[in-house]
Amino acid sequence: MKKIFKHPQSLRKVSTHYCAGCGHGIAHRLIAEVVDELNIREKVIGVAPVGCAVVAYDYWNFDCCEAAHGRALAVATGIKRCRPQNIVFTYQGDGDLAAIGTNETIHAANRGENLTAIFINNAVYGMTGGQMAPTTLIGQKTATTPYGREANYHGWPLKISEILALLKGVVYVERVSLHAPLEVLKAKRAIKQAFFNQIEKRGFSLVEILSPCPTYWQMSPKEALDWIKEVMTKEFPLGRIK
Amino acid sequence: MKKEKILISGNEAIGEGAIQAGCFFYAGYPITPQNELTAYMAKRMLQEKRIFIQAESEVSAINMVLGASSCGFRAMTSSSSPGISLKQEGISYLAACQLPAVIVNIMRAGPGLGNVFPAQSDYFQATKGGGHGDYHSIVLAPSNIQEAFDFMFLAFDLADKYRNPVMILGDGILGQMMEPLRLSVVSGQLSDRYNLKTKNRKLKAKSWALTGCKKRSPHIIRSLYLKQKEIEELNLLLQKKYKTIKQKESRWQEVDIEDAKVIMVAYGTMARIAKGVVKKLREKNKKIGLIRPITLWPFPQRVFERICQRRIIFLVIEMSYGQMLEDVKLAVEGRAKVEFLGRGGGGIPKEQEILHKIESLKI
Amino acid sequence: MIEQMIIAGAGGQGIMLVGKVLAESAMRENKFTTWLPSYGAEVRGGSAFCMVSISDEEIPSPYVEEIDTLIVFNQISLKRFISFLKLQGLLILNSSLVSSNINKKKSKIISFPFTEIAIKLGDIRIANMVALGVYLKQKNILKPETVFKTLREIISADKKSLLEINLKAVKEGMRIG
Repeated sequence: MKKIFKHPQSLRKVSTHYCAGCGHGIAHRLIAEVVDELNIREKVIGVAPVGCAVVAYDYWNFDCCEAAHGRALAVATGIKRCRPQNIVFTYQGDGDLAAIGTNETIHAANRGENLTAIFINNAVYGMTGGQMAPTTLIGQKTATTPYGREANYHGWPLKISEILALLKGVVYVERVSLHAPLEVLKAKRAIKQAFFNQIEKRGFSLVEILSPCPTYWQMSPKEALDWIKEVMTKEFPLGRIK
Repeated sequence: MKKEKILISGNEAIGEGAIQAGCFFYAGYPITPQNELTAYMAKRMLQEKRIFIQAESEVSAINMVLGASSCGFRAMTSSSSPGISLKQEGISYLAACQLPAVIVNIMRAGPGLGNVFPAQSDYFQATKGGGHGDYHSIVLAPSNIQEAFDFMFLAFDLADKYRNPVMILGDGILGQMMEPLRLSVVSGQLSDRYNLKTKNRKLKAKSWALTGCKKRSPHIIRSLYLKQKEIEELNLLLQKKYKTIKQKESRWQEVDIEDAKVIMVAYGTMARIAKGVVKKLREKNKKIGLIRPITLWPFPQRVFERICQRRIIFLVIEMSYGQMLEDVKLAVEGRAKVEFLGRGGGGIPKEQEILHKIESLKI
Repeated sequence: MIEQMIIAGAGGQGIMLVGKVLAESAMRENKFTTWLPSYGAEVRGGSAFCMVSISDEEIPSPYVEEIDTLIVFNQISLKRFISFLKLQGLLILNSSLVSSNINKKKSKIISFPFTEIAIKLGDIRIANMVALGVYLKQKNILKPETVFKTLREIISADKKSLLEINLKAVKEGMRIG
């Protein structure tokens, strides 16, 4: 019988520390599957963020470097420039990529670094206890917006993907979601494209993944998926941006 | 014909030294008084087909260095005081991840933006860690252009040997001034003088580097350990390493100390001036000497232990209001009198001021 | 022997170059030497100076505050550095731009209209080299041949006419100095 589904070699056989219904596990697996399918496991170097996914290197089965909060794309720049033969990617949350690391993000993208950035947008800071993220929606309650985010007080949800799409060094930006099986498949396709662009030396690619955080959205896993579909995608529309 | 000597600035000598020592990656951000170093690297690294990046920030520059180092390459960054403050996060991570790197600080007057004049007021920051956590960078203090060049070999070798950040601590004068530099003798007598190992510049591959997990299990460069016991183990490992460095890598220069009644303690540019004072006073048969720490961390405690056997007054002289002074006091442990002369904010203690101070000690 | 000096004027007057030529020549004669420029924001205002030391022994401080020679090309620099000059120090002035009516007892004051001389020689930019020539004549620290050799090396081969006029200026300085 032909084997059509198996555990990716790029994913260690361990259980993760993520909460029930969290999107990180799915995103990790999609990356692992793509790395396997492109046959680049022995060439890939991942850069882990600070945030819930900081120990992603405990789950992936390839070389990884940890970066300080927000600095993943600077670290990745150093690696890729020294070792252009390797495939280098960052995995970063919204706080990491679009708040404390905005500078590193914009400039790595603008230099057209031949890198792949996987950007997990769950509209909240997970590891530190559910504070406001740059992508928190208007009205959304978090630990630091207990009365809901207000535009005239906290500013608007930051659309970093749209900003990056304006830059000449950026070749590919797509926003995908994990709220339904079909969307997960689309997400995988986008991740694969972003890695493929690097293999083809095309420049900077970014995939933004809308990902559920039931714990800090104070929802059940099912409600969280519905909230992405019905609320989050209104602010962050899915599809190819560049 | 290859020229035996060239007239070169400290900033450029540091750059050339780094290149000859095998630095493959440089990232930096403009700040006075070290701009000539960044510009030199921009020109020379590309000639050598190596990597130069003008980073968008000091923070980004040090993290690019971390990335380059993580995959096994000799990497460095440079800046001046305010920029070095910004790099502290990255230096702490380098130390925790046990990654080699060289950081050059051409100090200027602080605090805050201060000004571009020379100073030695980052001694605490350089020698006591500087960022968060229990760690040390190895700190080397050249006092002339020849050393600015030579110490780059030592810096990269020590960084690789101990998998630890190494800082070159100079000041605006060292960076800006020009002096003759002997290029051809680097692998000869100078290497013996500074215990350099520069003869074989073919660098060994680093077994721990990130290169892609071909035919081996994955390498992970990390500083986060979620379990308390694990992070304590990392700290114990670092402390053990620091102990070895203290035992093996203390370096200093002694000038006429054996019969001296007053021994000045000064480093870098200040040590040059103090050396001139020793010469002047010895001509008048005054018993004066100088200890010049070459490694500021590890601080050369041993020489003080030896010399404290007899009655002595130490005179610490700094272009600051007394930072190395504290290390001298710790080394002396009350066994001798420790006096201080210092100026900050770009001021340099003059020869006359030093002579006057020594006079006032009434020995 | 240690000779410590300051060369000062406005940006564009070739101040730094005179200092570098002196330091480079001292190196060629196997002397110890240091050259320290003014730098940073200070330079932006249009004033420039450099400190040069030449010695038979190791040089303690490249930053000099008691100098043997002061060469000044404009009035502001004279005002700023005159107090650095030792008693019996040598002061070389560009009288085209500096009023030499100063009260510095016991100093040796040498004053020439360097700018005008340079214009007559054919290029206003070589006033610095005329002053360098005067200095070489006044103080026997460096051999003129060494200085010529240095100039030949640092002025690139494709600018042969520039080299010749610079050499001519130094020689003129030595003639009048």
